[in-house]
Amino acid sequence: MTILFDGVAYGALLFLIGVGLSVTLGLMNFINLAHGAFAMFGAYVCVVLVGRAGVPFLLAVVLAAIASAALGALLERLLYRRLYGASPLDQVLFSIALVFIAMAAARFLFGAGQQALHLPAYLRGQFNLPGIDIGVYRLFLVVTGLLIAGGLQWAATRTRFGAQLRAAVDNPRMARGVGIDVVRVFGVTFALGCGLAGLGGALGVELLGLDPGFPVKYLVYFLIVVAAGGSGSVGGTLFAAVLLGICDVAGKYYVPQVGAFIIYAIMVLMLIFRPRGLFARGAGR
Amino acid sequence: MATSGAGLDPLAAAAARLRGAGRWHRSETLFWLLVPAGYFGFSSDLVLLAQIAITALFALSLDLILGFAGIVSLGHAAFFGIGAYGAGLLAQRGWGDPLLGLGVASLAAAGAGFLSSFLVLRGTDLTRLMVTLGISLMLFEAANKMTGLTGGVDGMQGIEIKPLLGVFRFDLAGRTGFLYSAAVLFVLFWIARRIRYAPFGRGLNGIRQNPVRMPALGMPVNARLVAIYTVAAGYAGAAGALLAQTTQFVSIDVLGFTRSAELMLIVVLGGTGTLYGALIGAIVFMIARQGLSQLNPEYWEFWLGALLLAVVLFGRGGIVGIAQRVVERIAARGTGGAQ
Repeated sequence: MTILFDGVAYGALLFLIGVGLSVTLGLMNFINLAHGAFAMFGAYVCVVLVGRAGVPFLLAVVLAAIASAALGALLERLLYRRLYGASPLDQVLFSIALVFIAMAAARFLFGAGQQALHLPAYLRGQFNLPGIDIGVYRLFLVVTGLLIAGGLQWAATRTRFGAQLRAAVDNPRMARGVGIDVVRVFGVTFALGCGLAGLGGALGVELLGLDPGFPVKYLVYFLIVVAAGGSGSVGGTLFAAVLLGICDVAGKYYVPQVGAFIIYAIMVLMLIFRPRGLFARGAGR
Repeated sequence: MATSGAGLDPLAAAAARLRGAGRWHRSETLFWLLVPAGYFGFSSDLVLLAQIAITALFALSLDLILGFAGIVSLGHAAFFGIGAYGAGLLAQRGWGDPLLGLGVASLAAAGAGFLSSFLVLRGTDLTRLMVTLGISLMLFEAANKMTGLTGGVDGMQGIEIKPLLGVFRFDLAGRTGFLYSAAVLFVLFWIARRIRYAPFGRGLNGIRQNPVRMPALGMPVNARLVAIYTVAAGYAGAAGALLAQTTQFVSIDVLGFTRSAELMLIVVLGGTGTLYGALIGAIVFMIARQGLSQLNPEYWEFWLGALLLAVVLFGRGGIVGIAQRVVERIAARGTGGAQ
């Protein structure tokens, strides 16, 4: 049971980071392998704010999300926008380049070691119920993940902006024709996704760790979440993230000698058996 | 066009042009003179030169699938690793003959390439990308965990390579290593060049440019892609075997993601689909890495990223593409009055 719960908490984190990628990669068809770099950026911002400036943890997390969103908006403006229509190869190379630069920058600024983050007292400790141990921080992660998922679902289906985004994705030309500023919609969405990644990264320092290799280490996890969750569906992404979290935690707990092998195998199998269904929108291009 | 065959049969003219395209050009001979030039001119850096030749062979292998067939792969290091571990294991078990190791390793890699090609060739570019990445990560994890066989993160020790052809020992200065790698590179390059100008290679070019039209012309697209993927995997395996044999060591990063990503950079930097682009990219990349990482080894990745960004945003066609444009412009200026 404890493993199950830990898996869910881990999944909530993966959801937070991955949901932004699900929009850029799944909906906007941009192969953005640098998504983890935004999560890393948020995490470092949070670590610096808490560790060096003494900002309260929750405020630091929010600031980290805002900083990541700002960075995302800036890069989208300057660089990403040029490559929206480019070939997958160009997009892959471009985002790998960003990853390399981000990793080198992180190593330059913070050194190659793991960064530690001290949680405030009210988020530490755990409840011991019969049959299950619930870490307070993990519970906090699950609740945050669910709140954000609900918020996104509401935003995508009920708000004017959500409708504009869905229209812009389904048919950019038509959307432009009816007066939707498609470029702006994509830009805002991209920034939002980056902000969520930064949020997830900041919250994830405790569980995922933080070192300059972060964007590459977890790249596959994010890709799996997007691949399994279906493009741009909030519910699907959440479900896939939680499933992956449980599989990974359980796999590492019960069969540690196999390690991360399991999830890679799952990903390849899934891609083989559902090669088109997973990227139904992308394939229709 | 320059061919003034107005009265000739257009079909015959086209056939002549196709045949002419594959002819060995004078500048190519000049390029390959770099090998003896490097051997005699930089005899203290032969270890680096051997690394360049091996990287060039590996880049050539990716160019076969990326530049010819347009398959974007993020996991090409998988085959490099299979080749390296294959040759390493053979030598560790006492079968240290280099040519035997080379042959077995590339066959093993080609076999793996053949099997995985069926997985890779399904779906869209994005799916391919993730499947290739996933396969290489799986292999990395497997090699990481099977410490008894591969040495895990410590690397594979105790590889002993017998003298090449029973005569030439692998010396510390890397003389044999360099000539051996360069010779293998040349032979495999020559074969790749033949493939490119053969109907098979031209068919691949067509597949990359218009995958929908080629079946209509009677081209078995999937069979062709499987074939080239297998060949490319074999090339990568040969490169891996060369690395294991010349350094007599296999570290786990032969399978790493960074290797696949760097490889893609090399090919794109040099220019895709040109064969020489892969070689030139490897030379420029390896020398730049040597220079920059001596400058400050920790932040070499930053320059790597910046370079990649510049190539994607501004450098269409890589070094070879830019050179071609410059040559064309000069030629156009020369004949400008005649137009």
